Amino acid sequence: MSGGAKAFRARQAMGDIVRGIALVARDGFSARYDLDRVKGNFSRPDHKLAGQSYIGRVLVLDTAKGGVASAWMLNEMKSRGVIPLALVFNSVNPILVQGAALAGLPMLAGFDEDITAVVPHGSEVEVNPPGRVLIVVG
Amino acid sequence: MKLNDEEQEILAGKHGALALKALQHQLKVGEFFGAEDFVPVTQAHIMADTESLGEVGVRWLEQLAAASDEAGGVRVPTITDPRGTDFAKAAFLGQTPAMLDLERRAIAAFMKLGVTMTDTCINYQTIQAPTRHEHVAFGDTGVVIYSNSICGARSNYEGGPSALAAGLTGRTPRYGFHLPAHRRATLQVRVDFAPASLNEWGALGATIGRIAGNYWAVPAVEGIEGAPRSDQLKHFGAAMASFGSVALFHLIGLTPEADRMSDVAPAGLSSHCVTRADIDALRSRYRNESRIDVVVFSAPQLSLFELRDLAALCQGHRFSVPLLAVTSPQVKPDADRMGYTADIEDAGGTLLSGMCFYQSYAREIAEAHGWQRLATNSAKLVNILGGYGYHPILASMEECVDAAISGRIV
Repeated sequence: MSGGAKAFRARQAMGDIVRGIALVARDGFSARYDLDRVKGNFSRPDHKLAGQSYIGRVLVLDTAKGGVASAWMLNEMKSRGVIPLALVFNSVNPILVQGAALAGLPMLAGFDEDITAVVPHGSEVEVNPPGRVLIVVG
Repeated sequence: MKLNDEEQEILAGKHGALALKALQHQLKVGEFFGAEDFVPVTQAHIMADTESLGEVGVRWLEQLAAASDEAGGVRVPTITDPRGTDFAKAAFLGQTPAMLDLERRAIAAFMKLGVTMTDTCINYQTIQAPTRHEHVAFGDTGVVIYSNSICGARSNYEGGPSALAAGLTGRTPRYGFHLPAHRRATLQVRVDFAPASLNEWGALGATIGRIAGNYWAVPAVEGIEGAPRSDQLKHFGAAMASFGSVALFHLIGLTPEADRMSDVAPAGLSSHCVTRADIDALRSRYRNESRIDVVVFSAPQLSLFELRDLAALCQGHRFSVPLLAVTSPQVKPDADRMGYTADIEDAGGTLLSGMCFYQSYAREIAEAHGWQRLATNSAKLVNILGGYGYHPILASMEECVDAAISGRIV
C-alpha cells in the first residue's frame, strides 16, 4: 500500500481482487428497482446516482434494497458486459450475495465506518476480498 | 461450515452433479454470512421470471435440466413465483415471440428439474402456508416477510439460484432468520391510527420499511388494533419488504412470536411513531398526475376476496383506459366460476393469471402501449415502477376503478 492510501476492513467478503473508480452514495441498491440494465445507468429518478453509468465502476453504497431479482440479474448483466466491477456496502442482504456468488462479482460488506462517508466519490479504489479490505488508492 | 456425513458425500459428488453444484453455491453464501452449518428445509419457492434470467440464465437452467437425467431433480417440494407472461394474453401485453420463447424454455427446464409450476407470489394464501418454526427457502420478498412474520416460519430471502439450490439439496445455510437471535426486534414502532384500505396498509408498511431501512432490521409494531385480514397484512408486508428490504416484523399481540413487547424486544430499542400524516406524505409523493394511461392491480397477485371486491366495483361500468388485474393460476378458475372475471372484463378490464406486472417486461410493455401514468393500489408496485420509466400513482381500489372509467385520478 502506498503512503497516501487508506484501508478499511470488511467483515464479509467474496470474490477476487479488482481495482477501479468508485461511485459513492449513501443510498440503496437493487438491480431491478434502480437500474436501466440495457443502458447501464441508474434510472430511478430519486436515486442519488440517477443518470450515472455503473458499468465497470465500484459501487460503494449503504445497503441492498428491494426484491430477489438481483440474484439473477447480476449474472445476466455480466453476460452482456453491463455490470459494475464490484459491490461495496455498509450492510448487505442475502440476495446481492447470492447474485454475486452466481455472477462471480467481488463484494465487501460490514465496515466499522460508514463506508459511503469515507470513500471519496470518483476515487480509485482496490477491492480486496481475500484480504477483506477496501483500499482508497487515490 | 460444519458439514454432516450427507453433505460431505454431496461435496464428494456421490449424490450427483446437480447437488454438488448447488451445495457449492450454498457454501459460498453461507461462508459469507458466517453460517455454522446447514438446516433442512421442507419447501422451496423460486423467483425466476425470464426478464431477470435473460438468455444466459435460461441456458444455465437448461444445463442443469440436462444434468438431471442422471442426477435427479429437486428433493423437497419446490414451487415457482409468477412467470413473465400469461400466454393467453401475451399479444395484448405486447410481448414479443422472443420473450415467449425464453419463457417456454425456462418452464421446460424447471419441469425437467421436478419443479412444480405454481406461478404465484401468494402461495401462503393458495398453496400451503408454512407453519411456525418450519424452515423453508422462499423467494419473493413478500412471501418471505409474510411467512416469517404472520406464519412464524423461518426463511431468508432466497433469490432464484439459491432457492433452486435449496430444492436440489433439501437444505440451506443456517444464518439470518433461521437463527432465533436474528428474530429479535431491533426497533419499536408505534402506530397511532387504523389503516383501512389496502393502499393505506401498503403505505404504512412502506413507511415502516423506510424507517427500518435494511434487511437485518426487525420492527416490533404496536398500536394495530383488531385482527387484520390476510390481504391487509399481505400489502403491509410486501410494501415493508419492498421499501426497506425487511424480512420480518412483529405485531405486538397479533403475530405468533410477540404476545407482548418483552417477548421480542430488548429494553432500550430506538422508538418511532408513525401517524396518518406520515402515510399521507408518502401517498402524496405518488399523486402528482391527474390524467392516467393505465390502471394495474398486481404485486402481490390478487386473492379471490380482492377480485370479488374489484368485480363489484366494475359492474355496470365501461373503462376509458385499460385496467389490468393479476392473480394466481389457483385463484383464476374460481374467479371465472364466480363470475368475477366476467364482471371485470365486461367493463373493459383484463384479468391476467400466473404473472406479475413488474416481472413481465414492464419497460417494454410501457413502450409498446405508450403507458407512463399508472394508477395502482399497491405500494410495492409504485416503489418498483419508478425505475421502469413509469409515473406511478398510489390510490385506493375504488379510486383506481374510478380512474379507469374517467381516465383521470381525482
